[in-house]
Amino acid sequence: MADEVKFSILDPFSAIDIGIADWADGIKEWATNNREAIQPVKNYLNDVIIWMNDVLQALPPLITIACIAIISLQFAGKKVTGIVVICLVAIGFLDPRAWDLTMTTLSIVVTSVLISAIIGLPLGILAGKSDRFEQLIRPILDTMQTIPAFVYLVPVVMLVGIGNVSGVLVTIVFALPPLVRLTSLGIRQVNPSIVEAAKAFGASPSQILCKVELPLSAPSIMAGLNQTIMLALSMVVIASMIAVKGLGNEVLRAMGRLDAGKAIVGGAGIVLLAIVLDRITESFGLSKREKGVRHWWESGPIGLFYNQYKKLN
Amino acid sequence: MTLKKKQLIECQSLWKIFGQKAKTAMQAVKERNLTKEQVHNEFDCIVGVQNATFSVDEGEIFCIMGLSGSGKSTLIRHINRLIEPTSGEIFIDGENINNLNQTELREIRSSKIGMVFQNMALLPHKNVRENVAFALELRGIDKKSRDKVANETLETVELSGWGDRYPDELSGGMQQRVGLARAIAANPQILLMDEPFSALDPLIRRQLQDQFIELSQIMHKTTIFITHDLDEAIRIGQRIAIMKDGMLVQIGEPEDIVTDPVDDYVAKFVSGISNLHLVTAGKIMQSIAEYEASAGPVKEESLLKAKLDDDLDCLIDLSIKTDEPILIESESKIVGIVSKKTLLAGIQGHWNT
Repeated sequence: MADEVKFSILDPFSAIDIGIADWADGIKEWATNNREAIQPVKNYLNDVIIWMNDVLQALPPLITIACIAIISLQFAGKKVTGIVVICLVAIGFLDPRAWDLTMTTLSIVVTSVLISAIIGLPLGILAGKSDRFEQLIRPILDTMQTIPAFVYLVPVVMLVGIGNVSGVLVTIVFALPPLVRLTSLGIRQVNPSIVEAAKAFGASPSQILCKVELPLSAPSIMAGLNQTIMLALSMVVIASMIAVKGLGNEVLRAMGRLDAGKAIVGGAGIVLLAIVLDRITESFGLSKREKGVRHWWESGPIGLFYNQYKKLN
Repeated sequence: MTLKKKQLIECQSLWKIFGQKAKTAMQAVKERNLTKEQVHNEFDCIVGVQNATFSVDEGEIFCIMGLSGSGKSTLIRHINRLIEPTSGEIFIDGENINNLNQTELREIRSSKIGMVFQNMALLPHKNVRENVAFALELRGIDKKSRDKVANETLETVELSGWGDRYPDELSGGMQQRVGLARAIAANPQILLMDEPFSALDPLIRRQLQDQFIELSQIMHKTTIFITHDLDEAIRIGQRIAIMKDGMLVQIGEPEDIVTDPVDDYVAKFVSGISNLHLVTAGKIMQSIAEYEASAGPVKEESLLKAKLDDDLDCLIDLSIKTDEPILIESESKIVGIVSKKTLLAGIQGHWNT
């Protein structure tokens, strides 16, 4: 074979190399060189994750289950709470260490979802309002959702280092898009005649957003948040490759040792946690009218206090 | 005759052209006097409103009537600038609203103009009371006082006790009463009603029309009322404008429109309207001389008399009682005569003018 590949007009691609891979490799170098700049942010984020993990670990499991059950009772009703409690207890009995691992995973997921919400909601609102921004952001969202995680794993590790913070960043990249998409969709689906009516009564753009568009697109936004949580959970195994602890790490280690039992424990823990988070957040998406009450604070545990308070006044 | 009333809303040669090249199209229309079709072919623009000029007096109910697509909803949205005109000016209370900035515009929308929509457009996540108080909420009025106003307003539309319900728990007619309450809660001077009763069934529509007429006699709000139903326009409007293809083809009192349509289009519209309550004796009567020329002398003493502005229905009632013609008097002087022949012709809509 000749060293020089002959140029053929029918197959121009094999002869020309414009060097994208080499150029992209430069990103790695750039990331390594800029590590220092990112350190303060990294440390802060790390503190948040560790703090959340410490709190969740410090609470006795039964107290945590009770807290989650109360939240679920408030928003999702009795039936869902039953399922939630059963799943949480099942996690506890999976393995003596499973509860601690689950809480670590939960703290990573909660942090990722919070940051995703902080970034994703404004982006979604912008995309819902502006066609141009929507066009601009769609290919980016497509990339974030479909690009294999291993591609950006390396640059993120070069930039931030291994550990929880990179895990959260990697999770955000994967989990953010549905929130942005569904927020945008929700804003776009608001009945234009209701927006027009609000305008006719003198609403300013910010009033239209807060009093009309956001409340009316809440079911869609909540569905987006639910999807974000699900995707965040599905990233925990991949994130464990960059030294994120928790259930994902358990699966990864089991895989390395071909230990099917351990893998099942880790996997089942992830599934059960997913069911818990899905059922609770799914209920946020229902409008309060579908749940048959006026306002969320008028029913459930808080409703008990609220109604007592109302009677006293 | 009567005192000259203050003109509250004035609309001067208003044009609205939709499309990317609206500005150039507008210029071309002004220079070359293009028709709607020419504008569409040449500039790919749609003419929504063509050269509309009208004014509405304080306290008057002004109906704009036209078929769907005639541009009436577009026209009414210029009054509170939900749509910006391509050309022309609108004055409210002497103020050119095209010159207002966004803050002033919002102020005028929330305090001076109330609007009712064909599809109600109530806020589904707020209860009836919060919906009614919406304009007040937007102005930052505290919850206690706006609830008070909302409850009072709900009483005027006979919906007290429904404040805690949500819009989807109400029937269509009740929802539109909430819509009306929302429009009048801030006590605006002007009411814009965009086909408010069109989506309702005939019985409820009639009921709401009556309620609205009753209310407007108390409130005296300057109202622009859009409808595609001429009967409704005649019942409610003190003056009616007929709109066709974005143009106001005739503006006048209901009687003028029915008895004196300017063109075939308006004539076709009014042909189905019973003129018994619209046409008066003065319109169809002959002069005494004319009558005597064909039918011989008139014995004034023996004949029944009617007034100049009695309507045809009233003349029919008199005619049933006698075989003779009926004398028409004005300020106790005889001014004309109506024979059976002229009366029947009048009912059919024919008279000599």
